Amino acid sequence: MKFDTIIIGGGLAGLTAGIRLLRAGQRVAIVSAGQSALHFCSGSFELLGEAGAPGKESVEDAMAKLPVGHPYRKVGYERVRKILGEVKPFFAKAGIELSGEPEKANYRLTPIGLFRPAWMTLSDHLTVENPDKLPFRKAAIINVRGYLDFYPHFIASGLRKHGVDIIEGTFDTDGIDHLRKSSTEMRSTTIARVITRGQIDTIARRFNEKSQGCDAILAPAVLGIYGPEDVAVLREKVDKPVWLVPTIPANVPGVRTQLMLAGEFKSHGGVLFLGDTVVKGTVKGRRIESVSTYNLGDTAISADNYILACGSFFSHGIEANMERVYEPIFGLDVNAPADRTKWYDKDLYAPQPYMTYGLITDNAFHPSLKGETIDNAYAVGALAGGVDHLKEQSGAGTSIVSAIYVADKILKS
Amino acid sequence: MNPEEQIKACSPNNFEECIKCTICTVYCPVTAVNADFPGPKQAGPDGERYRLKKPLFYDEALKYCLNCKRCEVACPNNVKIGDIIQAARIKYSTHRPTLRDTLLANTDFVGTMASAFAPVVNFTLGLGVVKKAMEATLHIASQRQFPAYAGQRFDRWYEKEATGLQRQFARRVCYFHGCYVNYNYPALGKGLVTLLNAMGYGVELLERERCCGVAKIANKCIKEAKRDGAVNLASIRRAVLDEDMDVITTSTTCCFTMRDEYPHLLELPNDDVRDHIMTATRFIYRLVDSGAAKLVFKPGMHMRVAYHVPCHMRKLGWEIYSAELLKMIPGLEYLEMPQNCCGIAGTYGFKSENYKYSQGIGHELFREIRKANPDIVATDCETCKWQIEMSTPYCVMNPVAILAEALDFEATCKANGVKADARDFRQPANDKK
Repeated sequence: MKFDTIIIGGGLAGLTAGIRLLRAGQRVAIVSAGQSALHFCSGSFELLGEAGAPGKESVEDAMAKLPVGHPYRKVGYERVRKILGEVKPFFAKAGIELSGEPEKANYRLTPIGLFRPAWMTLSDHLTVENPDKLPFRKAAIINVRGYLDFYPHFIASGLRKHGVDIIEGTFDTDGIDHLRKSSTEMRSTTIARVITRGQIDTIARRFNEKSQGCDAILAPAVLGIYGPEDVAVLREKVDKPVWLVPTIPANVPGVRTQLMLAGEFKSHGGVLFLGDTVVKGTVKGRRIESVSTYNLGDTAISADNYILACGSFFSHGIEANMERVYEPIFGLDVNAPADRTKWYDKDLYAPQPYMTYGLITDNAFHPSLKGETIDNAYAVGALAGGVDHLKEQSGAGTSIVSAIYVADKILKS
Repeated sequence: MNPEEQIKACSPNNFEECIKCTICTVYCPVTAVNADFPGPKQAGPDGERYRLKKPLFYDEALKYCLNCKRCEVACPNNVKIGDIIQAARIKYSTHRPTLRDTLLANTDFVGTMASAFAPVVNFTLGLGVVKKAMEATLHIASQRQFPAYAGQRFDRWYEKEATGLQRQFARRVCYFHGCYVNYNYPALGKGLVTLLNAMGYGVELLERERCCGVAKIANKCIKEAKRDGAVNLASIRRAVLDEDMDVITTSTTCCFTMRDEYPHLLELPNDDVRDHIMTATRFIYRLVDSGAAKLVFKPGMHMRVAYHVPCHMRKLGWEIYSAELLKMIPGLEYLEMPQNCCGIAGTYGFKSENYKYSQGIGHELFREIRKANPDIVATDCETCKWQIEMSTPYCVMNPVAILAEALDFEATCKANGVKADARDFRQPANDKK
């Protein structure tokens, strides 16, 4: 089976690259070993911490301070800038409306009531330019009755510190009554699969009743798992702005993003091998010739180019045992030292070296095998190496930028 | 701990690899409709920790698991969640199969009896009063339509009409027809034989074929399932190892059960033959793709086909073969339905106590099919077919049946250099069976 490009990994980086290539007319397959870390995305993408927020340093300056070898440095600021400008329309074409500006950070509200930097956010989720200038004076936080993965008290006390009034309430619909029987399964994603379409009217009525005297409503993100439509209908029927606030994972906005990107990928004829694992790759000289998967067995799949978007340790793009850090499919070169004691800092809260581990990639994101560059392979996202996305708050940004950069490179070659 | 110990410290079902991420619960069809089911994470790896400590932690609510394996397809850590749940049911459940369970489980015995008296059985099972009586006495959902039984079984037909001809082909493949083709819908098997003969392949049957066992596993008739599985595997070994044939099925679930459930749930190792058990569409696609055989279709077909991927096909990861073959038919407009379970899960949906969950799970798929408004729905699983035909106004066909119907028999024979004595065994398809 032959494709133009095969992508290993079906998360944010892999799907972004895949969609970019498909829209340009390529035949693309993604092999994804299970679902991705997007399921823990709270609806916001980060670019680079607070860079570009009012009163903070610019994105250009912040990027210049990153270490050489960081994906943003490899792409170069000028090209990064161009890509950032394309992100909103790119996602909008897949039906995903984002709020945010290409080179400006803003702030999202976390499930425990703190404001943290964000860059692009699903447009029905709350973000603010300045936490001390909130777009409401008195808001109602309305939770689902009996839902425990959302903390109205924390959020209320967090918001009051920014000078607003908060009241708390709960809502209920017939549809979720049966879920309350379960001690384990009343999760955001389960609720979101149950309260759809028919129940939006009831919820809108409850919201109107419970928010009298308020000028905004904050509700847990337990709606709109398949798309933004239900939330849009709800917002139309409620007499004041409704903002979704993320809950404890798994996250409905993240699952929505995953499903919509995968839907966009398939609608352009992309082939998604989900729940399958690449078990072997054949490398000849400086090229990958084909890969074999667990499910497809002796039907090897091949392509002109390969994108490795398999993430870091969590998604098994790289793995570690007591002796070494390694890339499990091809045995590609990794940027981790041999000495295990250098992998981590004993201070848990210090930046941890292992966070930046990934493949050794050149400026074009080509990985190498025993020092020899693989010309038709590219590593994107966390696997590209050199990113401490936790410290930098740059996970989604580096995934999107490197994926689009590499896809465009393939299209030009 | 050295690396080898690290690897050895993991169970075959990867239970220790669960990081409690809850992604499996997002994709479980049952949790959204039935709060009595603890969900795949709790029923699987979480519950297993307790059960390993004390079997009394076993929860009979695990019976609500459909065994669709969608949790396993979603798991980023390759934990065999569905296997953990089914293995726990086998190991710890004290529930004994009822008369109803035994009847539903023994598809081959019931099929043998029913097809002997097919006209009477079909008429009787269609009667409202009989359905009501079965609901009251056996707890079989009265809304269900039973698939009609065929007067002549597929294996008897094959023995009488086809067997001699098949031996004349130099290249051969072995067909595991399964209970459905044998007792309910021989036309599908005849279509497959015609298709493969035209492609230059003779079709053999297994020396002895028993039910694959999926219904017995689901209804906890484990001893019987193991016995049948051993019979099948012995015949499969003869076909694969002695006769050098692949074994193909037109039912995804039969295929999946023999490949994966035999070693994982029934302690029947199949490493030596597993790679040679496959769906018919995988076998056919690979012949066409490699140029080993050609398919020629009749011109002038105009058909919008909505393809529903059965859960076990998703687990096999082989929907691409059926999809790509369908797309080869000129004039066929291919639509893929979003990935939802139909809800029937074999015998699960026939049980009165599960009926409402079954329909609740399928609701989303039925809605999507109605929205697509196709000429026909395609799916590789017979129970998905029954469920969709009962719950929507559309006819459902196996992709192999669609390929057979679209086949230009003479032209395909000619393209593959097949001598004139190949026969066209096709029957008009497309009746609800």
